[in-house]
Amino acid sequence: MAEQSQTQGPRPIVPFLKLEPKPHLVGKRCGKCGAIYLSESRIACAKCMSRGPFSDVALSNQGKVHVFSVIHQSFPGIKTPYITAIIDLPEGVSVRANLIDFPAEKAEKDPHSLFDLPVEMVTEVVAKDREGHDVVRFCYRPKK
Amino acid sequence: MRNVYVLGTGMIKFGRYPEKTVPELGGEAVLSALADAGIAMDQVQFLACGNFGQANASYAQRILQTVGQTGIPAINVANACATGSTAFREAYLSVGSGLYDIALAVGVEQMGKQGLLGGGAGGADPAYAPEGKLGSGLMPAVFGQAGMEHMRKYGTTLAHMAKIAVKSHKHATKNPFAQYRTEVSLEEVMNARMVAYPNTLFMCCPTGDGAAAAVLVSEDKLRQLAGGRKRPRIAASVLTTDPYTARDAALPDVSTLTRTAAQQAYEAAGIGPEDLSLTELHDCFASAELIHYENLLLCKEGEAGKFIDEGGGQHPDLGGKVPVNVSGGLLSKGHPIGATGVANICELVWHLTRDERARERQVPDAKVGLAHVIGLGSACTVNILTI
Ligand SMILES: [Zn+2]
Repeated sequence: MAEQSQTQGPRPIVPFLKLEPKPHLVGKRCGKCGAIYLSESRIACAKCMSRGPFSDVALSNQGKVHVFSVIHQSFPGIKTPYITAIIDLPEGVSVRANLIDFPAEKAEKDPHSLFDLPVEMVTEVVAKDREGHDVVRFCYRPKK
Repeated sequence: MRNVYVLGTGMIKFGRYPEKTVPELGGEAVLSALADAGIAMDQVQFLACGNFGQANASYAQRILQTVGQTGIPAINVANACATGSTAFREAYLSVGSGLYDIALAVGVEQMGKQGLLGGGAGGADPAYAPEGKLGSGLMPAVFGQAGMEHMRKYGTTLAHMAKIAVKSHKHATKNPFAQYRTEVSLEEVMNARMVAYPNTLFMCCPTGDGAAAAVLVSEDKLRQLAGGRKRPRIAASVLTTDPYTARDAALPDVSTLTRTAAQQAYEAAGIGPEDLSLTELHDCFASAELIHYENLLLCKEGEAGKFIDEGGGQHPDLGGKVPVNVSGGLLSKGHPIGATGVANICELVWHLTRDERARERQVPDAKVGLAHVIGLGSACTVNILTI
């Protein structure tokens, strides 16, 4: 049964989302200049042009909204409208994600209410993959 | 670099041509540019062809197979939305370097009715496709948010951006080459269906088909072939990519590479923004045009909203100043990706040479024109033409 739970367990939608022990994002930090990348591996740094070395850095689950858009037209199966936002993290890197628990109409009527809004990361299942695993995404909601 | 001149230009009306092939569309623009230049295909020494959507289709060669298989060197260029303008720059470099005396640049695209959205998961498991699940990385979101940065910093409003779409549609009524030639009111723009806030339907460029071409020549050839006609000189042709920013993974920076390209181009041309008679800039979305007013130094930092309110960007015939996108721009003229950058050049040339094709919208006393294109990825071109 243990084997089954492993093959059927949830999987993150992108490699830089880690589900264990608690959901969090991981970046690769350049040892020379501190630039952080959201990729699994780096062969060199696009900012300082060194070869690193690069090490894993756990990113905060809290951030602030930089800017956003409200998407009204998307691919089949994607519910609209939804808010897409650029979230600045305290480590000095930004991520793109859905912003939930904030009304789209309010965002459009009063866009300034969203700029710099403190948010926290949450995860949720958004799909099932071909092998039957739950696919988990991260998104953000206004900090409680 | 030697001096390089635009001897002839041609384009087809942007629109939808499902019954035509891409080499036919591109070939029509080429034949029109050759006729305008007063030369034949067998005088051309080099061809650069821009096409983005089918970059592996060898359209440079297939256009030669359509209008004249002369055996000349030909290259296929793909550089996102800057595909056509990069092809133009390749033709410029080929003559400027002294390698050739007559070069041809053509840009062509047949997009049909495909949405501007594009993208998708490819062959991978669609369950992991991030679009819509990890926010949106598509163009409406990227350029919408670029405008939101301006709103955040300077209090710019949706109405400012909507006014750009009103202007663009008004300009296009005077351009027989434009895809959409219907005026829209501010109310109609603001009440139209929202695509991606802050851009409503009229604030997003359409998809479509189109082609444009230009013949570039050295100074010697100009004297031989122009027959006394004055032709514009390419005073600057600049291409840049985006420098590193800490937000790269989340939101491409479409401003810095434009600012760098503009600075380099003004310096190379030995002019300033105040010398421009007209500008054709990359208004893929109304929010993009707004930020490029500042990126190209057409107005002061943070003052794009005020610039718009004071008639900035409007044709002088409408009582405006600093005319921008008098062709109707991408919003109304259309944006068949590969054709866009060359069509911009056509527009500048027609104003600088008092060409019949710009008759209804002629910018008075036009002497200097700037064409700007940006493609996500990112690539930015700025070309300055003078007469
Ligand atoms: Zn580094």
